[in-house]
Amino acid sequence: MNNNFLLLMPEFLVTGLAFLVLTADFFLRGDRKNFLPYLAVLGLIGALTFTLIDQWDRVDHLYEGLILIDGYALFFKAFFLVLGVIVVLSSVEYVKRNLDNPGEYYGILIFTIVGMMLMAASGELLTAYISLELLSFGLYVLVSFDRYGAKSNEAGTKYILLGAFSSALMLYGISQVYGLLGTTRFDGIAEALSATPDISPGVLVGLVLIIAGLGFKVASVPFHMWAPDAYEGAPIPVTAYLAVGSKAAAFALVLRFFVEALMPAVGDWQMIIVIMAALTMTVGNLVALAQSNLKRLLAYSSIGHVGYLLMGVAALAAVGDDGRVQLQLSHLASNGLMLHLVAYGVTNMAVFLGIAVVYNATGKDDIANLAGLSRRAPFLSAVMAVSFFSLAGLPIFAGFVSKFYLFNAVALQGLLWLAGLAIFTSLISLYYYLNVVRQIYIEDAPDPTPISMPKLTVGVMGVLFLAIIFLGVYPVPLMEAIQHASDALMSSESPIGLSQGLR
Amino acid sequence: MDNFDSYALFLLVVIPMAGAVVVMLIPGALKQQIRWVSSAFALSALLVSFYVFWAYDHEAGGFQFQRTWDWLAMPGTGPLSDKAITLALGIDGIAAPMILLTGIVMFTGVLISWKIADRNKEFFVLYQLLLSGVFGVFVSLDLFFFFFFYELAVLPMYLLIGVWGSSSEFPTFSRAKEYGAMKLMIFLVAGSVLIWIAIMAIFVESGIGSFNLLELQNVTFSDNFQRVFFPFLMVGFGVLAGLWPFHTWSPDGHVAAPTAVSMVHAGVLMKLGAFGIIRVGILLMPEGAQDWMPVLIGLGTVNVLYGAWSALGQTDLKYVIGYSSVSHMGYVLMGIATLNSLGVTGAVLQMLSHGLMTALFFAVVGVVYDKTHTRDINVLEGLSKRMGFTAVLFAIAGFASLGLPGLSGFVAELLVFLGLFQTYPILGVLGIIGAAITAVYILRLMAKVFFGPLGERWQDETDASGLERFSTLILAGFILLVGLFPFPFIRVINTGVLEILQKFPEAG
Repeated sequence: MNNNFLLLMPEFLVTGLAFLVLTADFFLRGDRKNFLPYLAVLGLIGALTFTLIDQWDRVDHLYEGLILIDGYALFFKAFFLVLGVIVVLSSVEYVKRNLDNPGEYYGILIFTIVGMMLMAASGELLTAYISLELLSFGLYVLVSFDRYGAKSNEAGTKYILLGAFSSALMLYGISQVYGLLGTTRFDGIAEALSATPDISPGVLVGLVLIIAGLGFKVASVPFHMWAPDAYEGAPIPVTAYLAVGSKAAAFALVLRFFVEALMPAVGDWQMIIVIMAALTMTVGNLVALAQSNLKRLLAYSSIGHVGYLLMGVAALAAVGDDGRVQLQLSHLASNGLMLHLVAYGVTNMAVFLGIAVVYNATGKDDIANLAGLSRRAPFLSAVMAVSFFSLAGLPIFAGFVSKFYLFNAVALQGLLWLAGLAIFTSLISLYYYLNVVRQIYIEDAPDPTPISMPKLTVGVMGVLFLAIIFLGVYPVPLMEAIQHASDALMSSESPIGLSQGLR
Repeated sequence: MDNFDSYALFLLVVIPMAGAVVVMLIPGALKQQIRWVSSAFALSALLVSFYVFWAYDHEAGGFQFQRTWDWLAMPGTGPLSDKAITLALGIDGIAAPMILLTGIVMFTGVLISWKIADRNKEFFVLYQLLLSGVFGVFVSLDLFFFFFFYELAVLPMYLLIGVWGSSSEFPTFSRAKEYGAMKLMIFLVAGSVLIWIAIMAIFVESGIGSFNLLELQNVTFSDNFQRVFFPFLMVGFGVLAGLWPFHTWSPDGHVAAPTAVSMVHAGVLMKLGAFGIIRVGILLMPEGAQDWMPVLIGLGTVNVLYGAWSALGQTDLKYVIGYSSVSHMGYVLMGIATLNSLGVTGAVLQMLSHGLMTALFFAVVGVVYDKTHTRDINVLEGLSKRMGFTAVLFAIAGFASLGLPGLSGFVAELLVFLGLFQTYPILGVLGIIGAAITAVYILRLMAKVFFGPLGERWQDETDASGLERFSTLILAGFILLVGLFPFPFIRVINTGVLEILQKFPEAG
């Protein structure tokens, strides 16, 4: 037992930052509390810098493989920290106007980032579960943070009840797997699964329960019911965080779990995921057509996107004609999944930031409230239109490249029909996105007074705008990072020799 | 000039895109500066497109001005997966005249849009993005980028039509511009759903891990695969080319669009569809093409007759032109479907000719609408007395449209008919009947709207402005040029066509 606790330094730093923000909140009075977000941002940037320097090219593990330090974890840690910076910056104005207790808001937000970072690094089911709960508990509080708002409270209650239910499902699944296979470590599960050609029904039940639990967290059909209500009721920056952060973290965990633990049994779970993906993108995009509230619309649209991401999971491997597991396309699928996750994340952050600005100005967040926005705030409108086009998967924006890459991986894995369905549902999504764009650009504004935005918001928005276009035109640098993460995830020299048995 | 040659095509894509960025950075209040900057970028794109067409060596043939930049890898997909997606540019004899056409229409479109005053910044940003996409499709030799630019050329249409377009009122119903815009978008993107599926299928089936067309054309796809997936491309691209029965977006969309956008859309964008069938469909799936050509030629014939017949019944000036586009695109589809050198060359020449002439039509109709604020044929009477110049230009477009010798339409349609008589003589006859109907509605239109007795309401109308004259004269000049000296154009087109047709050993 020789554990190098310094490997957990990034997590320690971020936890320390959360405590620092909470403590500083005590000592700052009145307007001085406005410094809290900047303290949080500085801290997060510091943690990001440290993480990148400290863990670059480092391959190691802690606690006999419960926590893995590799390129994959690093990629997601960096992603979550950057996301944290963006979320904090886009919360500033909203929190100042609409919420009490900024200290707790930013403190809890930072705690959830720790949870997400650990999710990407977990190499074992219980560690993953605890990290997931750390994230979820923080989110329960954040969703109901507007404590005098009925909707926020309703959203929080629903989210907690369904979240607890899904956690119970997942825990039961984990106990089932542990009872039958005698391990909860990913590599142990993979070994046990590849030892026997047929997977026992008990294990399968356990896996299905775990998949269901994770399905709740990513809001995939048929476990998606909580999402629209939670999205609608939560404070807008929290909705953004819910849509991007918690999904990305859940997918970081899902991807590692499926690649490192479940790959040998791909024949048993692939069909489940394919059906979930097909249902998720169809239901999400169809129901979105009927929405009149922007946040609900985006909730359903993000359910649709979860369907696309799940396709990436389904395309990770296939059973070849000889009955052996084929892995040559795994990199492509996991690259596609991560690329789409980043593209989706950047784009959705821009959209939600825009909604927050409109909400701050008008106090409403219905689609109809965007009418004539292009005359009131040209820059904001351009960013939102670009984001919607990106979500619909049109060039020259990030969404096009990521969809093309991901769908192509799915088609190559022999699932052309699924990719075709995905393209078709994208067409459906174009219709409801265009209806929002119509409000922004074509309809007349009932109240034509210009909307002014704080410089900070304009800056964040500008960065997101450029990122959407840059990723759409030149995704090569990002792709290199993603490729590096995929290699780390699947290499045979990964921390404890995972998946060696496979090759 | 070697160095310039290798960047020329890249420039064609980048100039409009850079124009969009520059205009985006100019404050919206400086409307005049925005116009000048946009026209400067359009002019430089026009000059580059002239150069490219002029410098294309028809004796050497093949793909010229080639240049390739690496872009994304797709690990594990095949031997070429390190360079799965490349920005591969190059043009053959078919793309060269299309580039010339795009340059001309883009420039004249900017001049025609000079008078747009409401949010002209956003207009020119979107307009130049659109054109960047169009150039991109013509010069791309990589399926990914081909599709990338294809979608880019569709994307700005919604806003261009929705914001700057016009709604039409009829006695019994109306067509809102939002309706036209949404219909156009959904139809075109539905078409690209099919194209996207076919592209993925091609990539999977080829197994070489590359989207490069030059690599893919060496792969022989199984007959069965070609038979199944050629219709995806034929219909997918066909939607944009106005293929019956998927053409209904085209009249509605073109009528709702502002003048310059109608010019670009009917003049150039519809050509992307036909171009896509040749570039992707026939190049990669010759056997599939051969199997499906009877269907395409049948649908093309319906296009010609149905479009012409519908044009006959319209009372809105722009709807007449819209349906006449559907009809004329039918000749293009018929010509492609003959799969012989005369027919396909005629089809490509018709693409050029129809592009110029429809752009001229829409420009002239735009002038009339701006002056009179109506497009109702029943109300407009004898405008030539007050708008002589406009009337003459409309007549030139009209005569080109009905195939008067000496104008571009004649040569193109003649070649198409000759090609048809080699393969399907009966359909050739039907095609000529279509041309006859065209003559009826065009001449009727000219007689009523321009050359009849002057209506009382129009006593005080004035003729086209200097800029409008200049831009329409450019278009008319090229119609005459192609009509009187078609040989330089045919020569270039033919080299491209012959190369494609080498895929068919028995035809030729």
